[in-house]
Parts: sequence; structure tokens; C-alpha cells
Amino acid sequence: MGLTLSDAPLPGVVVTRVDKVFNWARKSSLWPMTFGLACCAIEMMAAGASRFDMDRFGAGVFRPSPRQSDLMIVAGSVTEKMAPIIRRLYDQMPDPKWVIAMGICSTAGGPFPTYSHVQGVDQVVPVDVYVPGCPPRPEALLYGLLVLQDKIDRMSIRRAV
Amino acid sequence: MDATKPDPIPSRSLDRLREALPEAVEEVVYHGGVPIVRVVPERIVDACRFLRDDALCRMTHLSDLCGVDLSLLGRREPRFDVVYHLFSLDLGERLTIKAAVAEGAEIATVSGVWRTASWHEREAYDMFGIRFAGHPDLRRILMPEDYDAYPLRKDFPLEGRERDHKNWRKPEDERRDVLAP
Repeated sequence: MGLTLSDAPLPGVVVTRVDKVFNWARKSSLWPMTFGLACCAIEMMAAGASRFDMDRFGAGVFRPSPRQSDLMIVAGSVTEKMAPIIRRLYDQMPDPKWVIAMGICSTAGGPFPTYSHVQGVDQVVPVDVYVPGCPPRPEALLYGLLVLQDKIDRMSIRRAV
Repeated sequence: MDATKPDPIPSRSLDRLREALPEAVEEVVYHGGVPIVRVVPERIVDACRFLRDDALCRMTHLSDLCGVDLSLLGRREPRFDVVYHLFSLDLGERLTIKAAVAEGAEIATVSGVWRTASWHEREAYDMFGIRFAGHPDLRRILMPEDYDAYPLRKDFPLEGRERDHKNWRKPEDERRDVLAP
């Protein structure tokens, strides 16, 4: 993480940057929201269960409330009727928050170029990581999570103005 | 036997319907040997109630009810068909009946015959604008309540209109990520 000054006057002291500490804490405890929209949610559940065990990456604590969540995994097709609800859930999540679009439906509409289907959930909320697949296997979701962790690692706690 | 045009499959419930309500049966066509009965729209409830109650039909289960827009399929008027797929749980027999509805016209509800018809008729109303007279609660079932079109009509664009796809993004979304220098 940083530089351990073992030969310094105060042994055990770690020197690092504030951003590093915050990013390390944030990326290691990404709590996703319990939120599935279609078949992708089945793969998401598999990713959370013991065989794939998303908890290895600190992201297995699925919260039943957006108020306690850091991560929204949009797992499945988003309909126009569902879009305002997703937006409201996203707005209810406290900062900092991230979004993974799981599967081709939430990425770009998938096989539903229709009147009732949102053509990509980035019309509704800002997306950090897109995971392709129909549905993506749990490994793909885990890879998306690792990519998101890499992204968080490069962030700063400063707020943009 | 000509494989493309199989012989009509005998249907006891169709025979019973023809016997009991001959004036209600408009036409019978066979698709792959399976009879499809076109019923006089005004007599649809009578026909359904008979098929449900008759001891030799016992069509106690309405497995599907749907609308069809025929305006691009060669039939201009009346524009819609309502299709009823009946199934007898006791006898294992099926029967498909149809009734025509013009645009803006009404057809009597069969929700008094099978209660499950209520939601199916709401769906047909939602998607095609077919109105069911006497329905207890004819509201949209899938689309938003304030939706202003009937999306499964053939003149409705498949991908929807511009205003069907809204953008919910807010300006503050763009100021969210700050990457470290």
C-alpha cells in the first residue's frame, strides 16, 4: 500500500496517500444492491453463492436497501416502465456509488429493439463497467467487478465542482 | 394423404357447438387438420358458456386469449380478431375459437365465464385497443397507465416513437468520477 518505515523512529508507521487508503477501503467492500431484473440476475446470484463466491472480493454483501449500497448491478432487461424506478433507486444510494451494466440488455438493449425497452441503461444512470454476455457467466461478472476495482483504485476523493 | 393438407381432425366439442348453437358458428377452417371456429361476435359469450358447461365439452380452462391485428394481413375490415384457446382439463381436448372486432367496436367480455379472461382481455386492450363490453376493470395491464398508443397494432413502429424512449440522466452524473492526477 505504501512505504513502511521499519527503520524509522516509530516502527509500524505506514506512510501513504489519503486517496490510496480510501480507494483501498472502497474497492474492498463494494456492497451491491439486491436487485435483479431478468435472467442475468440468476447468474448474479450464482456469482454471489458459494461456488463463485463474490465475497472473496468483498462484494458479496447484497444489501436489501439502496441506502446501504455502493454498487448497482443492473442485471437484466430494463423496460421504459422500470427506468424511473431504477433512477430513483440510484438517487437513493449514497455517494460514492458505481454501476455495472450486466449483460447485453442493460448494455445496449440486446435482442429487444422495441417500444418498451430501454436501449442501454446508460440512458438512465451513469455506467462504470459494461459486462457483455447473454447472460454473462459468473466469471464474467467477477471480471467486471475486478475491472471496477481497478477503476476505483485510480479515483480521488476530491469532488468535482 | 397429402402431408401439407392433413385430414380434418374430428372434434366432439365442435360438433356439440354446431348442434346446440348452429347460428353462432360462422365458419370452420382447418389448420393442419385442427379446427378453428369463427364465432358470430354477438354470440361469443353464449358459445363460451356452452363449451364450458356442456357435459361433453367441459372446456373449463381458458389457456389463452389474445388479439390479432389483421390490417396488414389481407383483411381490412373488421380489423381485429380475438382468439380464444380453450382446453378441457377433464377430457384433454382443445378448441380454438375466434371472433372479429372492428376498430373502435366492442366485444362482450368472457370474464364472467372464465375469471382468468379478465387479465387476458386487459392485455388485448392494452396492446390493440380492443374494448371488451362489461369488463369489470378494463385498464392497461403492462404499459404505463398514461400511455397514448396501442403498441402491437401493425401501424405502430416496432422500435417505438421518439418519445417512448426517455432520457433520465441528470447533469450531476457527469461530475461524478474524479480520477487521481
